[in-house]
Amino acid sequence: MGLEAALPAEGFLTTQLRRVINWSRRNSLWPMPFATACCGIELMATASSRYDLARFGAEVMRFSPRQSDLLIVAGRIAIKTMPVLQRIYQQMTEPKWVISMGACASTGGVFDTYAVVQGCDQFIPVDVYVPGCPPRPEQLIEGVMMIQRYIDQEGMPPMDGGKRVGLGLAVAPTHAVRPQPVGLQY
Amino acid sequence: MSSKPNLDHATFAAIKGRFPEKRFRATEFRGDSTLIIEPADVLTVMSFLRDDERLRYSFLSDVAGVDYLNYPAKMPGRFAVVYMLESQSRDDRFFVKVFLEPTLPTDGTIEDPALWVDSVTGLWPGAEWMEREVFDMFGIRFRNHPDLRRILLWEAYPAHPLRKDYPLRGRGERETYRVVDRTTA
Repeated sequence: MGLEAALPAEGFLTTQLRRVINWSRRNSLWPMPFATACCGIELMATASSRYDLARFGAEVMRFSPRQSDLLIVAGRIAIKTMPVLQRIYQQMTEPKWVISMGACASTGGVFDTYAVVQGCDQFIPVDVYVPGCPPRPEQLIEGVMMIQRYIDQEGMPPMDGGKRVGLGLAVAPTHAVRPQPVGLQY
Repeated sequence: MSSKPNLDHATFAAIKGRFPEKRFRATEFRGDSTLIIEPADVLTVMSFLRDDERLRYSFLSDVAGVDYLNYPAKMPGRFAVVYMLESQSRDDRFFVKVFLEPTLPTDGTIEDPALWVDSVTGLWPGAEWMEREVFDMFGIRFRNHPDLRRILLWEAYPAHPLRKDYPLRGRGERETYRVVDRTTA
């Protein structure tokens, strides 16, 4: 089944080392959940059996940054939490990726106050923005798949002068939205 | 608001009987009775409310700060500290309010000698964190408090953010916060 069935009778194949490494990296994105609000509940649902993040090799939630390479920022970030988030990001293993999940992590959302950071991308490089309040698990899975596609193509994250640059991708709908009813209809 | 407050809470009579020489203000709204006292009277009045046999306000359920800047009605002072008392044996609630008028500019964190109240942590130990929050958000300080530090914001924060003259979006604290990188982490 699967990969073995594709192999010739001798049982070996030739490929590039880079492709094998990318293939194994994209299928073992271990998330570090930084869940501070209701997006965290949707993040848990994504890992649960109904949506099954394990299909993408990303089910192993690691609560130690040393063992993870995908930071999922799920929820609003108060300024007082910001140094914690930045330190967790620094401690993660390379190559590392960041998903900013939901309106609050990406822009501050409705919490436009003195205490809440207006988008965590001001402080850490963000690769994928997942819109929604909170996003549905399918959207978050699409965000993980965007990173997987990038690893397939490029392998390592972009750097600029020794500093990590965020990819800055945003999850967009893959379907056409039907015309929505406006106003009262009798 | 034309209806007169209905000052029939039994605690008012007990206070009058205990402190006949003092003049207090009082108000009532939808069954919640409030006694307004001077900052100097906090400890004597509060210990009477806690210890008197007829009152027994054994539980201080909250301490809150209020800023009446630009309030439509005339108030006795700009800031107020509200003590919400509950008698668990009698199932009764009572509110005590202290008004304070600042004498120094209120846009920073400078210590204003007019914004000091006696701490009630000696009467209700649970007041400790609630008074710290009032200090953090309004800059009202509490005399003889065991540990008067900010409770929510960090020590270097340059303002008391629930004051009405502080802008909701802050003065750039959220934008200029330090970025941690490899050299500083």
